[in-house]
Amino acid sequence: MSLAPPAHPFENATHDGSGRRFGLTAMLHTWTTSVDHKQIGILYILMSLVFLVIGGIEALLMRWQLFFPRAEVLAPNTFNQLFTMHGTTMIFFVGMPILIGLGNYLVPLMIGARDMAFPRLNAFGFWITLFGGLLVYFSFATGGAPAIGWFAYAPLTEQTFARGPATDFWALGLLISGIGTIAAAVNFVATILAMRAPGMTMRKLPFFVWTMLWTAVQMLFALPPLTAALVMILFDRQLGAHFFDVQNGGSAYLWQHLFWFFGHPEVYILILPVFGMISEVIPVFSRKVLFGYEFMAAATVAIVFISMGVWAHHMFCVGMSRTLDLVFAAASLLVSIPTGIKFFNWLATMFGGRIRFASPMLFACGFLSMFVIGGLTGIMLASVPLDFQLSDSYFVVGHFHWVLIGGTLFGTFAGIYYWYPKMTGRMLSERLARWQFWLLYIGFILTFGPMHVSGMLGMPRRIYTYDPDRGWALWNQLTTLGALIQTPSYAIFVYNLVASWRNGTPAGDDPWDAWTLEWTTTSPPPSYNFEELPVVHSRRPLWDAKHPEDPDWQYE
Amino acid sequence: MTTATHTFPSPPPLVAEQGLCAAQWGMVAFLVSEVAFFSTLIVTYVTFLGQDTVGPTPAEALSLPLVIGTTICLVSSSVLIHGAQLAIEHGRQRLFSFLWAGTIALGIAFLVGTAVEWRELIVDHQLTIGRNLFGTTYYTLVGFHGLHVTGGVIAMTVVLGLALSRNVTRDNCISAQLVAWYWHFVDVVWIVVFLVVYVGGRGGGL
Ligand SMILES: [Cu+2]
Repeated sequence: MSLAPPAHPFENATHDGSGRRFGLTAMLHTWTTSVDHKQIGILYILMSLVFLVIGGIEALLMRWQLFFPRAEVLAPNTFNQLFTMHGTTMIFFVGMPILIGLGNYLVPLMIGARDMAFPRLNAFGFWITLFGGLLVYFSFATGGAPAIGWFAYAPLTEQTFARGPATDFWALGLLISGIGTIAAAVNFVATILAMRAPGMTMRKLPFFVWTMLWTAVQMLFALPPLTAALVMILFDRQLGAHFFDVQNGGSAYLWQHLFWFFGHPEVYILILPVFGMISEVIPVFSRKVLFGYEFMAAATVAIVFISMGVWAHHMFCVGMSRTLDLVFAAASLLVSIPTGIKFFNWLATMFGGRIRFASPMLFACGFLSMFVIGGLTGIMLASVPLDFQLSDSYFVVGHFHWVLIGGTLFGTFAGIYYWYPKMTGRMLSERLARWQFWLLYIGFILTFGPMHVSGMLGMPRRIYTYDPDRGWALWNQLTTLGALIQTPSYAIFVYNLVASWRNGTPAGDDPWDAWTLEWTTTSPPPSYNFEELPVVHSRRPLWDAKHPEDPDWQYE
Repeated sequence: MTTATHTFPSPPPLVAEQGLCAAQWGMVAFLVSEVAFFSTLIVTYVTFLGQDTVGPTPAEALSLPLVIGTTICLVSSSVLIHGAQLAIEHGRQRLFSFLWAGTIALGIAFLVGTAVEWRELIVDHQLTIGRNLFGTTYYTLVGFHGLHVTGGVIAMTVVLGLALSRNVTRDNCISAQLVAWYWHFVDVVWIVVFLVVYVGGRGGGL
């Protein structure tokens, strides 16, 4: 099972067999021309981390401005640019790429394949996503970033209100990175449906792979409408079309429908892969099989389809009609059923297990505890009368950060701590992991908890300052304090990644005593992944190999 | 990995799975995303239908005879490409190339027809993309469809090149098959566009 001694991917890059090229140039050449799913996966993850730092700095600047009432750290227009870029960056250039990157790295390994179905399309998808991000940021060089908010409500995006080329760069950047996302989704679907190891039927897929499949399906449905809507913005601005040009009969309302038809499923694109990662981590660290695999699988599909019919819960205040309000409120509440099924199945998996609180499990528990709270405030916002009061307030900001950080980010950290040993051959430091976890956990609650209060006190989102007599100062100061507590946790994380890559304890093939195929090959895996393609008889092929006297396929 | 000792239980034999290959699934997934894209454009077209305060309206500007001609081109090209598929499955390469070239010709005829129609709309009816909501949505929807036809013609020309250099055979015709699927999709989109824009959108009836 163990092949050559673990070699670093970077070392491979410097001595690339031919012996002709050495040093930085060779490494850059290898990585920029690579079509290997593992290297592309790592590139996606590195890209996301860079944009995470940029987006984080933007957030800190805004928190600095909001610390005191009537502060004058940032000009109003700068503030508008910062929240636009912060939201755009975190959703499109951090959240999606980091999950696509992890999927890219892991899916072929977990299904026993040697690469993704279309390796060159894979490389194309990554590079066009990256260039999309660079294009959006290039707007800074043209005299300022877009100041339209991440959901860019019409007619603010029209030439009349958004002069200068920033909005064009924004639309074009998101458009081409969206094409990259669709390319990745096509690749995931083809890989998962047609490249599985012999014996791995659809009912025996590792759960993370199952969620990646449905994430990809959701991308295929949700991204193209955004692409079309962005094309409409560009046609309005460049060719004088009238889609969102309200003076000439265009419709601001249409943009909201088109954007949120993408925007709500996007939430699930950002959380389904995390559900998958959590469903891999919790069983291994509870020493039990995933409770209710079939129900979990069905709940995933249910979430995908229900969540495509709930988008207008972002639009209750637009004045649709009472019927539409009710339909979309009811549909939104319906999503909580399959999500609840998942939640209780995770708890049932842990129940009675021999739980090990290693770093992946720690972050998984952080995910469980925080995601449930974000889900509950989501149920509050789905009820129309409450939403009338709280829409576009800091309560909403608190809610979706709770879901995206408490859910997506904690879950992603669980996944990175779990699979980093596979990717690098080294363990991450557990001591640093604990520091990172507690700073993040406390800082996160302190940042986004008070936002719910300032929101209920009436503070609207996206204002650049507020009057002292509003009573919002204390809550804003707590929020900023929380952000300052969170900040070192990210620094510790990055330090841990770098330091452990150089000096971490060697991991071996299977450091967590896990059960899926990626742990049967070396850490890091060779470029061809598996010397011999594995044959699968159950959902836990590695358990079968370790326990030939009591294999899983007897019970499935 | 598996240590087969007779004291251990041995797993049931594997059943070989039937299904599409990776390239076919890839094309299916891509077409699903295309359906979502065109659905958005069609919904937008219908949303703005009849909302204009300045002319020309669809009933004034759109004329049917030419469009019925281009529609016949596209629909019959779908029949031809299906014939080409059957030909290559029976190993008849010359017939395949002939029918395939016919498909390309019909695709080009469709594009020429569209160009003539657009010229008429722009010159005779002063209908541009900036003229009114009808112009905005019409040129976007029909234009993106035309772009997909153009892409299809290019892809089919590449496959024709492969066929003429004897690289498309009965056992190696996946590229022809995938392009044919794409072409059928473009055809179906056109039928929907025809019904929505030229039949329903003009106020009903032919
Ligand atoms: Cu939503």
